[in-house]
Amino acid sequence: MGLMDRARARSPWILHFDAGACNGCDIEVLACLTPVYDVERFGMMNIGNPKHADVLLVTGTCNLRNARVLRHLYEQMPEPKAVVAIGACALSGGVFHECYNVLGGVEGIIPVDVWVPGCAPRPEAIMEGAVMAVQRVLEKRARMEDREEAKEP
Amino acid sequence: MNEYLRGALAILLPPIVGGLLMGLDRKLTARLQGRVGPPITQPFYDILKLFGKESVACNTFQAIAASLYLVTNMLTVLMLAFGQDLLVLLFVLALGTVMLILGGFSVKSPYSQLGSQRELLQMLAYEPLLVLMVVAIYLHTGSFAVSDVWALNRPLLLSMPLFFLSQTLVLAIKLHKSPFDVSASHHAHQELVRGIYTEFSGPILGLIELGNLYELMLLLGLTALLLHTVWWAGALLSLSSLIIVILLDNITSRMTWHWLVKAAWLWGAGLAVANLILLYSGIPSFRLK
Repeated sequence: MGLMDRARARSPWILHFDAGACNGCDIEVLACLTPVYDVERFGMMNIGNPKHADVLLVTGTCNLRNARVLRHLYEQMPEPKAVVAIGACALSGGVFHECYNVLGGVEGIIPVDVWVPGCAPRPEAIMEGAVMAVQRVLEKRARMEDREEAKEP
Repeated sequence: MNEYLRGALAILLPPIVGGLLMGLDRKLTARLQGRVGPPITQPFYDILKLFGKESVACNTFQAIAASLYLVTNMLTVLMLAFGQDLLVLLFVLALGTVMLILGGFSVKSPYSQLGSQRELLQMLAYEPLLVLMVVAIYLHTGSFAVSDVWALNRPLLLSMPLFFLSQTLVLAIKLHKSPFDVSASHHAHQELVRGIYTEFSGPILGLIELGNLYELMLLLGLTALLLHTVWWAGALLSLSSLIIVILLDNITSRMTWHWLVKAAWLWGAGLAVANLILLYSGIPSFRLK
């Protein structure tokens, strides 16, 4: 693992977006930042700005109003980036899946790298998901480099 | 040869020492909050990662502004290392910050615009304190040159004790620490999203972060000038001012920019002017020579 890969793995900055969750998952996401779980041990920071973020944590069902916002946030993040869908709602719409305004999960709007199931998932699961997303970021980066190398000759 | 070595050290050491100090800051803050915290080498990972990100700039000027910010901050550290003119050093430092502000103003994002305006107010707050310190140094040496300070036999701290406090205030404002973090916030705290840094991203933000490390070392160097006779005591003095700033960051919350300007001018400039008055008072321990 090169120095740059190590830096990427140790310094993922997080953007958290609530796409219409009941707030249960959001509380668990924020619990990761508290002294009990302390996600900053892994160099993760809740940066709150898509232009600085590496990992996008999405909770909630996604509806017609906020799908556009979610897409914009995703598009504003510079590569390499990863998306973690958190909670049953972000996976499939959860208990709200039959509501008239619900799109049924994040997957149809932006590409998702890691799914964290649960209603609401435990902070340990969210942290594991974020760490897995970091690994996905590295894989993605490696793939991008492969593609660039393939382009060159 | 000695000159080249000094120049190389002035360019290479600040990112390393500054990065470790910022890592210490993250660790100390985490410990104060009852957390384990990131490793002390965390700032190096952060900056390295930023240089590995995709470069997304809103306009070309952003990249120019960030580069000039880094270059001017490097220049100020070099000027300090070579014992140059303090007043010119302050002008170059101000030029760097103004470039950053212009970079923030070049984007039509409300967060970036507001952050830049508040950064200007921050400059308004701390610049007089720096100038007053240079004035006090001039009273001692009769020149603005740093090399003349090094030639003094008696440490400046004995006759300029209150300037240690005003320098600590400047450091807190410059590092965007609570309660002075109005234009942007250090660490993961959010003010106006990321304030003046909002629209900078990837390698361009990396340049700014690197510039911040040079700026940190410059300010610590200026504080260390107060105790230049014993180099390690000067280093300890500036380290203690940084630790005071970190403690202040953790026990206070953000205030408004009105309060920032008032506090800096009332307390900072007040202490500085009080010290200047003491210099003229004829009290033996505050003698000029």
